[in-house]
Amino acid sequence: MTAPSQQKLKVNGPVVVTANRLGDGTVIYRTADGWTTELNAAVIVTTASAAKEMLAIAVADDIGAVGAYVAPVVRNGSHIEPGNLRERIRITGPTFDLPTTPNLVQMPSHVCV
Amino acid sequence: MYVYDAFDRALLAQRVEDFRDQVARRISGELTEEEFKPLRLMNGVYLQLHAYMLRIAIPYGSLSSDQLRTLALVTRRYDRNYGHFTTRQNLQLNWIKLSDLPDLMADLATAKLHGMQTSGNCVRNVTTDQWAGVAPDEIEDPRIWAEILRQHSTMHPEFTFLPRKFKIALTAATHDRAAIRVHDIGLRMHRNGAGETGFEVVVGGGLGRSPFIGKTIKPFLHKRDLLTYVEAILRVYNQYGRRDNIYKARIKILVHELGAEKFASEVEAEWQSIKDGALAIDDAFVADIRARFRYPTYEVLADDPAELKKAQAASPRFATWHKNSVAPHRVPGYAIVTLSLKPEGAPPGDATSEQMDAIADLADRYSFSEIRVGHEQNLVLPHVAQRDLPALWEQLDRIGVATPNVSLVSDIIACPGLDYCSLANTRSIPVAQELTRRFKNLDTQREIGRLHINISGCINACGHHHVGHIGILGVEKNGQEFFQITLGGRADEKAELGALLGPAVPYEEVADVVEDVVAAYIELRERPNEIFLDTVKRVGVEPFKERVYATH
Repeated sequence: MTAPSQQKLKVNGPVVVTANRLGDGTVIYRTADGWTTELNAAVIVTTASAAKEMLAIAVADDIGAVGAYVAPVVRNGSHIEPGNLRERIRITGPTFDLPTTPNLVQMPSHVCV
Repeated sequence: MYVYDAFDRALLAQRVEDFRDQVARRISGELTEEEFKPLRLMNGVYLQLHAYMLRIAIPYGSLSSDQLRTLALVTRRYDRNYGHFTTRQNLQLNWIKLSDLPDLMADLATAKLHGMQTSGNCVRNVTTDQWAGVAPDEIEDPRIWAEILRQHSTMHPEFTFLPRKFKIALTAATHDRAAIRVHDIGLRMHRNGAGETGFEVVVGGGLGRSPFIGKTIKPFLHKRDLLTYVEAILRVYNQYGRRDNIYKARIKILVHELGAEKFASEVEAEWQSIKDGALAIDDAFVADIRARFRYPTYEVLADDPAELKKAQAASPRFATWHKNSVAPHRVPGYAIVTLSLKPEGAPPGDATSEQMDAIADLADRYSFSEIRVGHEQNLVLPHVAQRDLPALWEQLDRIGVATPNVSLVSDIIACPGLDYCSLANTRSIPVAQELTRRFKNLDTQREIGRLHINISGCINACGHHHVGHIGILGVEKNGQEFFQITLGGRADEKAELGALLGPAVPYEEVADVVEDVVAAYIELRERPNEIFLDTVKRVGVEPFKERVYATH
């Protein structure tokens, strides 16, 4: 479909600016003066103009982050949680166990034909 | 296997050094992301949900055991110990660091592997039948022609910035295992009335937002004309394909809007001006390409050896696997073995580095060091002596790639979906996992018979849902995951798009709906060997719709 970075900006509640770190692709969030890997430390805004302003600053930091966009969050008391499934998956990883080799026993290596 | 020459090796080495320099300049800030993005995409590097994703090309799905070991090595050294085989016969790694990529690519290059032609608006990795060269119903090895197309299209300056990506698939068999009719160009090798071998040329097939079955614009093309004719198609597309709207940029839209006849006449006019030029293929060139394919030296063996019969009689599990996963080979005494990457509850198409290493060792021992990747996201050992099948099966079983579900309901094709992909609307893999649990009973699966389920997490259709016997498409509704179900699609020589069953259903109900569809099929089929597709063709979608929407 279309990545959030290519969609029209809509702000209907609390949002943060998120991106991936340039060097290793780690998910990061915009703070007042840089980036953090902790959603709880991110700056939250609630209006489209504030989100646009923060996004512009984030996009200008072309070395710090790649693919910045505005993402919804939910306040849960003092805790901040991702606002949709996509953002939850970016924090917690795929929603299933990563593959492992079942019942792996020592295989003969480089067997001669 | 094709053996790369000095030119290929030098090209790859240069490419690695170029990319090393580009990454260094990006990290230092000398290159902006806008400048760097097209460069990384030309090497198969995307930015996905969790990190960078690297897509590694596996030209026409052929791998040597050394190449598979190298893939295992890079998944272990740079990623999380597994890789995902895709519907285009490639391999994807999901947690790559940009700073590691130059070294990773250098490691890949030692085995003549790379990420070129796996992204960008160029001619993508050419695909073909995973049984190429060994299928009994094949008239000749299509990989020779796939390799010629690979060489022609690699870094072709005229076709590096097409309106959109461009996919070519070939088959030389009666049964199309390469889904050629849903590609930008599909090439079917066949013989004309004079007994000459050539190509039926199909254009404008494709899935995604606007699915189309390709149209035949040249019923028979002589081999010598393959490159000139493909070049003529690409030129017409390059000139007239839309660049103003990404959703209308694929060749399928151009063919649809112009009409196949008009498009064919444009191609014909262009072709007449180049058909006798430098790209006309002569026999010496084909012989040179063919000479660089290493073919096994098969033993003289008989079919159905005593060792095989004994194992079939002694082990029902082996006999079941043999019936499901072993296919006839063109050489007596040999067999084609499909390795299922679809065990119950696992992500379709994933293989761990240990599995890759083990399969490479087994290929050395039992399959002349060769492995194939199929678009169904399974692997193949293409040259196994039938006498070795019992021993091979035991070892495949130990590493979890001997589930006897090939072409059955749990042999599901699925894209990575929202668990990995930045374009996805919904998850695909958990839907597939749940379905494999619902249909875990292999006796039930066999009773159901041939049934292909395809799942895509968005309209881009990487899971080829339009051509699944049962197609499942994820859509977002008010922030929730919903799924549209289609029935009756197929990707083979009778390719057809599935028909919509009805309104989309929520994530929690997808597996129930599929179970209902399958139960309806069992009731509706005229006889046990009337496969799902034939029942849908005979009765239409309505009886299924009545059953499903009466209960949900």
